[in-house]
Amino acid sequence: MKSLAELAAIRERMKDRVVLREGQGDIRVVVGMATCGIAAGARPVLSAFVEGVANEGLSDKVTVTQTGCIGICQYEPVVEVFEAGKEKVTYVKMTADKAKEVIEKHLKGGSPVVEYTIGSNQ
Amino acid sequence: MKELSLNVLDVAKNSVKAGATLVTIKITETDETLELSISDDGCGMTPEFLANVTDPFCTTRTTRPVGLGIPLLKLEAEQTGGSFAIESKAKELSPLDHGTTTKALFYKNHIDMTPLGDICSSVVTLIQGNPDIDFLFIHTSPGFEVRLDTRELRDILGEEVPLDNAEVLLWITEFLKGQYSGEQSPD
Repeated sequence: MKSLAELAAIRERMKDRVVLREGQGDIRVVVGMATCGIAAGARPVLSAFVEGVANEGLSDKVTVTQTGCIGICQYEPVVEVFEAGKEKVTYVKMTADKAKEVIEKHLKGGSPVVEYTIGSNQ
Repeated sequence: MKELSLNVLDVAKNSVKAGATLVTIKITETDETLELSISDDGCGMTPEFLANVTDPFCTTRTTRPVGLGIPLLKLEAEQTGGSFAIESKAKELSPLDHGTTTKALFYKNHIDMTPLGDICSSVVTLIQGNPDIDFLFIHTSPGFEVRLDTRELRDILGEEVPLDNAEVLLWITEFLKGQYSGEQSPD
């Protein structure tokens, strides 16, 4: 059981680091979480990105956010990756396992996983 | 939807969009029924909008004029022999006391009952996506009560550490799971 005392300890550890981090995330991962996305399985995809980014120590450069309907419901779960100076990458029909691969190859390795992008799935 | 917890995630986002500062999610179970209640202090709806809100072609979204969140929840409740209701007070008509309450009653033993599923994951996802909004989650059932109030967590974390901090989200997940597995909090 987690106690409130542990939460206070997290605060002590984090409070100096959080301020430094703000505005430094140069990669933004956006997961579509409208009714269409949720019904198609976006929740575990989002969880995989949130956990994966934290576990791989990528929190300083990657932020994971949620958005509404992106407009291509038949391709949900849809994940968009925005990186300064690069073209947006749109991943479609995502799963938690595919998310782990994207974290490894794209967010860490720098090269998009082409087979999961919308261009390869039309 | 494969899980009711996904409907919770979906419908609670309507409260977020309504500008709520506090969203209260209550799940109250008896041996035979499960009542889901999602209430907020957001902008509310006018009686005209409220009258049409279970119509799939009534939506606030902008990509296309269809919204299935509320109709799906209503269907899932009614297919168990249960019921569905929304009450709302619009801010423009009731400036001091406004907001929306959505309630759905399910008969758990009906063959068409949708399982609750991973509710912890839905609560954590709501907090991750909306760290500036407060959520009160209370799940009672004969034999257990699970409770999470982000206002209490915010008091402990202070202003420097946001609720969507990765370690905080992990703590919340384990805090909820611990309550579900019946462990007592030492505090």
